[in-house]
Amino acid sequence: MTHELIKLSAADLSAKLASGEVSAVEATEAHLERIAAVDPQVHAFLHVNEQALAVAAQIDQQRAAGDELGPLAGVPLAIKDVLVTTDMPSTSGSKILEGWMSPYDATVVARSRAAGLVPLGKTNMDEFAMGSSTEHSAYGPTHNPWDLDRIPGGSGGGSAAAVAAFEAPLALGSDTGGSIRQPAHVTGTVGVKPTYGAVSRYGAIALASSLDQVGPCSRSVLDAGLLQDVIAGHDRHDSTSLTDAWPSMAAAARAGATGEVLKGLRVGVVKQLQGEGFQAGVAERFNESIALMQAQGAEIVEIDAPHFEYAVAAYYLILPAEASSNLAKFDSVRFGLRVTPEGGGTVDQVMAATREAGFGPEVKRRIILGTYALSAGYYDAYYGSAQKVRTLIQRDFAQAFDRVDVIASPSAPTTAFKFGEKIDDPMAMYLNDITTIPANLAGIPGISIPNGLAREDSLPVGIQFMAPARADARLYTVGAALEALHEDQWGGPLWTKAPDLLTGQAGLAGFAARAAGKDAN
Amino acid sequence: MPETSSSPEITPEVVRHLSGLAKIQLDESEIAQLTADLGQIVSNIAKVSEVATADIPATSHPIPLANVSRPDVVGDNVLTAEQALSGAPEQHDNLFVVSAILGEEQ
Repeated sequence: MTHELIKLSAADLSAKLASGEVSAVEATEAHLERIAAVDPQVHAFLHVNEQALAVAAQIDQQRAAGDELGPLAGVPLAIKDVLVTTDMPSTSGSKILEGWMSPYDATVVARSRAAGLVPLGKTNMDEFAMGSSTEHSAYGPTHNPWDLDRIPGGSGGGSAAAVAAFEAPLALGSDTGGSIRQPAHVTGTVGVKPTYGAVSRYGAIALASSLDQVGPCSRSVLDAGLLQDVIAGHDRHDSTSLTDAWPSMAAAARAGATGEVLKGLRVGVVKQLQGEGFQAGVAERFNESIALMQAQGAEIVEIDAPHFEYAVAAYYLILPAEASSNLAKFDSVRFGLRVTPEGGGTVDQVMAATREAGFGPEVKRRIILGTYALSAGYYDAYYGSAQKVRTLIQRDFAQAFDRVDVIASPSAPTTAFKFGEKIDDPMAMYLNDITTIPANLAGIPGISIPNGLAREDSLPVGIQFMAPARADARLYTVGAALEALHEDQWGGPLWTKAPDLLTGQAGLAGFAARAAGKDAN
Repeated sequence: MPETSSSPEITPEVVRHLSGLAKIQLDESEIAQLTADLGQIVSNIAKVSEVATADIPATSHPIPLANVSRPDVVGDNVLTAEQALSGAPEQHDNLFVVSAILGEEQ
């Protein structure tokens, strides 16, 4: 029973909860048991919610009393530690906030609670969301459920791994340059970065305010849509929040699952997001999916985006500049750590000692880089130029979307790499984000869905779709259409090929492929 | 692939100065490491100026909104003094306690 419950999609679980076949307490217990069994290996969670069962019991009572409940009421939810919560510590993966309790809930957390979702715990992440591997978490890395010696992606590796390891059906993430989509790619899960401003950032500990966006992580496109429907919409506590009335993303996903939507769909393939630097197995699966969509009637259009090659450079000026400013609030006075030098010191010295002790190496690197980019004499050459590149990238997208409905690319250039492989080479780590960064710079939505296993290492790869700003629903429709085709082809979701964390046995297909060293699909 | 040559602009003195501006104390080994890292990173990202010509406007915000305002009344998300102080490392009489502003030499 427990085994079955944890493998259910949020949509199927919610149907069983609504019919009374399963209680919220049973669903929550099953996931807490799973966390107890596998999280010592995976380390997706920084904190498990002691109140989870009590919250679930309350949902069951409300249901028994005939209260009107949302579609996800009673479904467990993992929450990235960047989102502040009143009942659990919020650290953003940093020692400087160790044990810190927020006096208020992030809007997305408050909306999830109001919808009856059951918070299971807080998930691990690179410190202040700076990283692509969770190796920069101050609390140790999360392990990829497909291969525990490899990274789960980052910064939201904890949320993606929790979903991939069946520790939660749904998770909240945040995506500043790919932190939802790249972890989805390497863990064989679904991740969505909504349009900038579609989801409130109130209570999301800010990394780079003009790039950050909160979004859903799940094992299916429909589940992600159900969660986006809960968290999206205008919030007057976030002055960058859009006032649009959003269509249902779940409805968009359901419409897409018929596959009919691919007929006549114009799909752009970006010249600059293929070729050199892309692992063979990533490229191969991508080309197969494009051919599959073409066979269903989609029209494939090659897109030239000449300024994408400047995107990583612009991003690593804009992000550190904004981060150095946002992280100035960790000043040893209002919250978090205070370290006083021996014999005392002035507030300046206490602040410098606190930030020396409380920030990890990547955070220091980016704050110093951002301080440099903003300093007198360099501002125009670096930060000013980066903002102009942002305009050029928006123009590349605008021209592309004159000709196509969605743009497709591999979600990341490679499969999950091993721990330590890139940790000493920050620039190599930054280049992981080449496929995901353009969407953040332009503010447009992006989705990553499972795209099979790479031939050479039998590890998951993802395919990304991007749409014009505010066209999030289109991504759910197209994503669900390709997902349905894939599941027909694979005989089920990609996760059925994942290794069993409890027995240590590889998934059926993955095991065969590893043994034979050949194609898993 | 990243270039390995470092930027001539980034010297240990520059990093030391930046550490003061950013209020992060750094030891000598961190300064050496950051000098090398920043040199490599800057030499890779400096290329933004190649295409950022004078006629291109800057974008600071992906989806700009006109001035967002609200009625001039107390919001519903105001913390009490107790809540605001709840995470402070040191507090006294309902106030944050700050270390000395001036040192002895000042």
